[in-house]
Amino acid sequence: MNIWIIMAIGGLLTFGTRLSFIFLLDRIRVPDWFRRGLRFVPVAVLSAIILPELTSPNGTLFLSWRNPQLLAGLVAILVAWKTKNVFLTILAGMAALVVFQLALGL
Amino acid sequence: MIAKMRKHEFWSGVRDEAPILLGVVPFGLLFGALAISAHISSPAAQAMSSIIFAGASQLIAAQLVGAGTSGLVILMVVFVVNLRHALYSASVAPHVRHLGTAWKLLLSYLLTDEAYAVTITHYNREGDAPDRHWYFLGAGLTLWSAWQASTAVGIFIGAQIPANWPLGFVLPLTFIALVVPALKDRAGVAAALVAGLVGLLATNFPYKTGLLVAALIGIVTGLLIEGRQK
Repeated sequence: MNIWIIMAIGGLLTFGTRLSFIFLLDRIRVPDWFRRGLRFVPVAVLSAIILPELTSPNGTLFLSWRNPQLLAGLVAILVAWKTKNVFLTILAGMAALVVFQLALGL
Repeated sequence: MIAKMRKHEFWSGVRDEAPILLGVVPFGLLFGALAISAHISSPAAQAMSSIIFAGASQLIAAQLVGAGTSGLVILMVVFVVNLRHALYSASVAPHVRHLGTAWKLLLSYLLTDEAYAVTITHYNREGDAPDRHWYFLGAGLTLWSAWQASTAVGIFIGAQIPANWPLGFVLPLTFIALVVPALKDRAGVAAALVAGLVGLLATNFPYKTGLLVAALIGIVTGLLIEGRQK
């Protein structure tokens, strides 16, 4: 798919999401379980992507203290929990990855 | 009198948004640089900042484009990452319901994490008023301008970054930064852990369907545990 098409559709999806309740408030009633379920969608989807990226960086399970992605991911989780800051989390995670890769001689 | 009130609200929004830019500008720089390293053209990278206008999802889209991921998967991830904006939309909707369609469209476009954060605080503190939305506009436009400018500078810097830097790891890190602060209760933690474990077990499912299965099981787990706590 062309990058411009991805952007156009991605932009419309994002704009539609932001407009959703502002536009619909007086028009339809959304079931309660649907609104409650919304909260879990990003958490569930993103976790399902994160965990394999950390535990299986090369496609096969690698649960070991010699796995730098796993260690750096744990550092990032800690920083995200303490600071709630996206940029600091990325910075700390990248720094940790580089340090662990050097320390493990990779 | 009315004009004065509007001006006051608008500039209050600009002023309250300004400190947040300290966190936004480095992020814009990073996006611009990453987009270039993912071989996205400069005009496309700049356009993405005004068309999608949502930091984390742009960062992710750029990474996935660079990794050669299929368009449908990229769109699904962008949609899901930005789904939290539906919650913001629900939260500001009662405050802007008196406005016309043009205002609703404009303010929806400007409804980012950072604009929402200061605007909803202002509404909660000051209460509703006919011209309060000018504050929303001031905060939103301030963020928008900073995002476009920092993207432009990032694109310029991006051309100088060595190719062997492990930039691909920014993707799971961005996700971690979004997920961890959202884990406020047992139900959220359970949804994340279950989805993560199922995702790990289902990595070999065809067409990324493992991801969908894992997410659905995680969401249902979250709803069930939340239901039991009440």
